[in-house]
Parts: sequence; structure tokens; C-alpha cells
Amino acid sequence: MSTENHFDYTGSKIGMWLFLFTEIILFGGLFLVYAVYRYTYPHEFHEAGEHLQVSLGFANTLILLTSSLTAALAVSSLQRDRKYASLWYISGTVALAAVFLINKFLEWSSHISAGMYPGAPALLAKGHGENLFYGLYYVMTGLHGVHVLGGAGALSLVYVWILQGKVDKDRYVALENAVLFWHLVDLVWIYLFPLFYLLI
Amino acid sequence: MESEQHFVVTNKTFISVWAALVALTVITVLVAQAHKGNTSVLVPLVIATTKASLVLWYFMHLKYEKKLFKLMLLVPIITLLVILGLTFLDIWFR
Amino acid sequence: MESNFYTEPTKYNDLRKWVCSTDHKRIGLLYMASIFIFFLVAMMIGVVMKLKMLSAGTTFISARTYNSLFTVHGVIMIFLFIIPGIPAALGNFILPLQLGAKDVAFPRLNLYSWYFYIAGAVCALTSLFTGGGAPDTGWTFYVPYSVTTGTNVSLAVFGAFLLGMSSTLTGLNFLTTIHRMRAPGMGWFRMPLFIWSLYATGWVQLLATPIIAITLVLVILERLFNVGIFDPSRGGDPILFEHMFWIYSHPAVYIMILPAMGIVSEIIPVFARRTIFGYKAIAFSSLAIALVGYLVWGHHMFTSGMSDTARVIFSLLTFIVAVPSGVKVFNWVASLYKGSSVISAPLIFVMAFIFLFSIGGLTGLFQGALNIDMHIHGTYFIVAHFHYVMFGGTGFAFFAGLHYWYPKIFGRMYNEKIARYACGLMLIGFNVLYFPMFILGWQGMPRRYYDYPAQFQALQRLSSVGSWILVAGILLMFHNLVKSIRKGTPASSNPWGGKTLEWQTTSPPPTENFVEIPVVTSGPYNY
Repeated sequence: MSTENHFDYTGSKIGMWLFLFTEIILFGGLFLVYAVYRYTYPHEFHEAGEHLQVSLGFANTLILLTSSLTAALAVSSLQRDRKYASLWYISGTVALAAVFLINKFLEWSSHISAGMYPGAPALLAKGHGENLFYGLYYVMTGLHGVHVLGGAGALSLVYVWILQGKVDKDRYVALENAVLFWHLVDLVWIYLFPLFYLLI
Repeated sequence: MESEQHFVVTNKTFISVWAALVALTVITVLVAQAHKGNTSVLVPLVIATTKASLVLWYFMHLKYEKKLFKLMLLVPIITLLVILGLTFLDIWFR
Repeated sequence: MESNFYTEPTKYNDLRKWVCSTDHKRIGLLYMASIFIFFLVAMMIGVVMKLKMLSAGTTFISARTYNSLFTVHGVIMIFLFIIPGIPAALGNFILPLQLGAKDVAFPRLNLYSWYFYIAGAVCALTSLFTGGGAPDTGWTFYVPYSVTTGTNVSLAVFGAFLLGMSSTLTGLNFLTTIHRMRAPGMGWFRMPLFIWSLYATGWVQLLATPIIAITLVLVILERLFNVGIFDPSRGGDPILFEHMFWIYSHPAVYIMILPAMGIVSEIIPVFARRTIFGYKAIAFSSLAIALVGYLVWGHHMFTSGMSDTARVIFSLLTFIVAVPSGVKVFNWVASLYKGSSVISAPLIFVMAFIFLFSIGGLTGLFQGALNIDMHIHGTYFIVAHFHYVMFGGTGFAFFAGLHYWYPKIFGRMYNEKIARYACGLMLIGFNVLYFPMFILGWQGMPRRYYDYPAQFQALQRLSSVGSWILVAGILLMFHNLVKSIRKGTPASSNPWGGKTLEWQTTSPPPTENFVEIPVVTSGPYNY
């Protein structure tokens, strides 16, 4: 279909949802690993979880939930042909993504400087369960972080497309899809938060 | 461009959903603190799933989509549950 | 020949006409060329392995090299040939034509999938010559060895990750295409059965591949950062890796075989000149196989130390998966019965498929039985079994499809006589090569060993001789097909009298596939 571009709104959305399914399964694999090890080492996970700061996790949850709200509002604004409101909402979402990542970075740094990183002697000395807990913590929040970056990137790209007029009130499926991806990032965090921070 | 009807959700709906999500987050933290030392994963998972359903249903527009989308979402969820269940056949009885 | 997609003007006039094209037909051919190149490479590696097995002890290659050879043979055959094989090459070309569509739903994504495929292939092949040398873990990359070995596992695993993305995106593309782009009048039960099989395959690609993706990422992270997730000395569970590996890799078996079954279901009604027996049963059995395929991965792990409960239940579930496969075989045979069969190369390949696949399928049941598998696990028996299913099944069906759609793809006919000889030679060589391996395995010859005791000498040699006959057949077939691209007699639009939509356009089709989008008024096999 190189010459004419016939456009299928529902088709692109089906494609996006199918892509989200692969993401669900991808994280699902990690949740499986988590489930097995949490079942095997319930008390060690508990002990290790106490060292994560609930307040930081709570703050990041609020940040992501709010960013999901602004992302959703970006779509409905564009649908109502309020282009600049939509652009503002997108900027807000990306800014919140940045705050989330900075928060995450500070959190990781504090753990690493406390000697809690994979392969660190201090962590290995704590025992198997703790080691696995922190291992999974880094892998799962790390992969989630990569998705935050990806989502922010996708939203920024759509921002440019809106400015260029490629995405507008009649053809907003690109924005809708980027926002769907963003909600998925939020969705994953909704589970990560209690599984890592609320083992108190 | 196809002439499909797209439902535009009101800001009020979105903001109420967001408020509910924040409230649930507060509840899950409070429950965890009230039951310090409890290793059960059930309550936090139920709350998280409620939150996730809100995000899917409203933020991700599932409520306003064709039936096909709702049915399709069941496929990965059931797949994950089956994978989890069969793996635990090994883990539980090993 | 009249105007077709090869001759019609395109945006570019150099190599970019191919590697930057979003036309599903060109992408299908790109895949086909790359897939068969890798197939021939891995086939030659297989021949070298069989050459080694002519005699026991160290001969012209070392044990270490042998380890790398079977790893590379497996990785290339699995990830570069048989998983992408039918869907990416034939599926890409044929799917939109059979649907009466101009292209797939996301043409650009389709091209990117091929880029991912090539990038993955480059990584996998580079890993052979860089770092600590070619991976020697077997294609299964089992921990803890894959984490501790000094060979270049990380790059190979990353290659497999990219290939997984390619496969997932192809599945996503096909699913959307099938949902959205069927010709007017083509309801779900008027779709050709090849499409049904690609639909079932698409779901498996979509829902299984991410599991292997994350598992491979974990292996790489283990190697880089020593996290300990699968390391028993740090609390990890290596059996969990096996679970995750097979959660993907068993359904992946159905990614390989389902499209092959689809091809068989296309060819049989056309050449038997009668409608397919049990259309809906075949269509639903594809979905059933995809579904049940998720429930049986544990039968790869009967000797891994998994719990007894899990072993018994997985064994039981494994027998269930034989039912939908059996339904298909019975329907094919019933379709042939009392048909006015036209014996031609595609049908001959299909009959070879049914014969070999039945042997492969039935010996699969041996291994599904928990007690018998204890005895034959990790022997040549399993190697023979999966070559019968994967090569005798998928491979032969792939070749059948290649001959069947050859006139549509290239607009010319191959030499029928040579095609028949090639198929006969392959069938003989195949059985001489792999059947002795059933016996060897039953007698206790372990797989992946480069040495063997003297009593296995005769059958090992027989098997090696079989490999030469098989390779001669394969080379003869490719020679015929490649030569006929230029020299074959021009083919008509519909040389076989097929009723599905791809035969309603010219051979080769124009760039936009159909001058006028066809309207479907009846089922696909009305004879």
C-alpha cells in the first residue's frame, strides 16, 4: 500500500491493544517470577520490603495516577478540538514522567549507596530471599522505568505531530494509542507499588 | 476517514476516576500499616485490581469500545492466570 | 507476461526497491530468501554433525566444536527458519491475497518486522565468531550453564530476543489484518483454512513470545549483573527458568506447525477436487490446538525435578492436545477419500507430510506418557520425534506450499518431474536419516553426545547415509525452483483450479493485488 494510504481507525486501535497484550504478558512473566519467590521466601521478602520507603512509592503512585489523568484529558481535549489545551496536558504528562524518573533515580541511588545492589557483599550476606527481592526490585522497576521513558518519548512525538497538524480533532488515533500505552505504564505500577512497598 | 461515533468522555468523569484511584491508594497504604507484619498479599492485590479495572474501564476507554475489545482483553488475562496456575502446580507440591 | 508487481514502477530503482518496500509481496520474498539461506546454512551444519557421527571418538571435529554445532544448528533452524518460516514468507505473500486485501493492516510495521528479523540474525551469527566463541548451551539456553559459560551467549540470546519481536509484530499485523481487511462478503466461516491457521498462530505469537523475551532478558541480566534470579547458590530456581522457557517454547511448536496444517488444508481440496471435509472442525481445531498448546509445556520437564503432581497433570493434558491434531488428520484423509485426485507435486508433498507427521505425532504420545518418557527423555528418540514433526511436518508442508503457490508468486511453473523426484528422494533420505534415531534413542543413545559405544555403529552410519540422500533431494528441489524463476514456462492465473481469492488475480499479482476488490459470495472450497 505504498501509493494510497487508506486509514482504518478501529484497525490501528486493535493493533495497539494487541501490542499492549504483549506488554501485559511481558510483565506477567516477571510477576510470575515474583510470585514464585515470594511464595518460597515469604518472611525474607517481608524483611527486605521494610527497607523500601513507602512515602517515596506513594508519591510516585500519585504522580503516575495524575499523569494518567492528564493523558486522558489530552485525548478528550483534542477530540473537542481544543488543540492547545491538549498540548498542555501532554506536556504535563511528560513532566510528571520526568519527576517520576528523578524520584526513581534518587531511590535507586540511595539503595545502591547503602550497598543494596545485585552481587553486593552486603546484600548477599543478608540471605537468599533478600537477594531475590532486591534483584526483582531492580529488574521490575528498571523495566518499568524503561517503559516510562518509552511512553514519554511516544507522547513527545505525538506532541510534535499535533503541532505539525498531522494529528488533529479528526485524526487523533496516534494520540489515543500513545496515551493507551501511557495508561499501561500506570497499570503496571499499580501492581508494583503494593508488591514492593507495602510489605511492611 | 470512517464515520464512526466516538464517545468523548467528560472531564468530570475523568477527575472522579482519578479521585477514586487516589482514595484507593490511600486505603491500601492505611490497610498495610494497620496490619503490620501481615504477609498476606490478598488485600493489596484486590485493591490493585480494582484500581487497574478503573484505569482500563475509564482512562483506557474500554467502557466505550466495541465488545470485541473487551473480549480480547480477556485472552491475555486468562493466559496469564493459566500460566501462573500451572507453574504453581509444581511450586506448591514440590 | 502482463503488468505485475515486479515490473510496475516503484519509488526506488535500486536495491531499495526491495529492502525499503512496504509491499507485502516483496517483504514476503525478502523473508523467503533470507529464511532459505539460513536453512541451507543450518542444514550444512547438520550434515557436518552427521558426518562426524559416521564413527565414534574424536575424528575431524572436537567435542567442544560439536557442542557449538548442535547449538548453532538448533538456534538457526528454530529461530531463523521454522518459527518465521511459513507465516513470514508464504503468509506475508498469500494472506492479503486470500483475504482480497491490498496489503496487510500495517505495511510499514511489516517491513520493520523484517528489519528486526535481520538484526536478530546478524546478532545470532555475530555471536558465533566474537566474544568467547560460539554458544555451546544448546538452543534451549538452560541455566545455570548459560549464565556461567564463557561463550558468547549474551549476544546470541539478544539475537533471539530481536527475532521474538519480529515474530510478535508479524502476529500482531496478521491478527489485525484478518479482523479488519477481509473482502466484502467474506465472513469468518468463508475464510480459507490457511487464514484460520494464521489467525490461531497470530494469537500464539502474540501471547507466548513475550514470555521468552523476558526470560532471555533475565539471562542477559544474570550474565551482566549476577542478579541471582536463576542461580541456586543465591536462592534462585533453575527449574523456574525451564518453566518460563517452555511456557513459550511449547506454544512455539504450534507457531511452527499450525501454518503448516493450514497449507495442507488448502492443498487437499484443490487437488482432490472436492470440498474439504469438516471445514469448521478444522478451523476450530486450529484454535483448540493454540489453546491446549498453552497447557502442556511441563512435558518437556518430566525429568527436571518438577513436583509429581505437576508431572502427572502435564502428562494428562499432553494427551488432550493429540485430539485436535487427530481431528485434522482424519478430516484431511476423509477429504481425499473419493476425491477426483490430481496427483501433482504439491499433493505429493502433502501426502509425505501426512505420513511423516503421523509418525511424529504418534511417537510424541510415547513421550507424553510420563513413565515411558523417564526412559527416553534426552535421547535420540526425542530428536527423531521432533524432526519428524518439525521437518517432516512443517518442512514438507512448507515445501508443499512453496510448490503450490509458486506459479502465483513467480508467474512461472517449475519442472513437475524434477519436483516429484526431489520429493521422493527427500522422503527416502528423511526416513533413512531419522528412523534409525528412534531405535538408537530407544536403546539409550543420548542426544547431543558426540561419541557413542560400538553397538550403535551400524545405525549411526545408516543415519549418516540418510542425511546425504535427504540433502541431495533438498538441493535438487531448490535447484528446480530457483532455475524455474527465469526459465519455467509461464503460468496462468489459476493453474490448479483453486477457488480461493489469490487465484482470481493475475500471476504474479499487480502491485495492488486486485484490479477490483473481489466480492465473496460463498465458502472457499466449493467444488
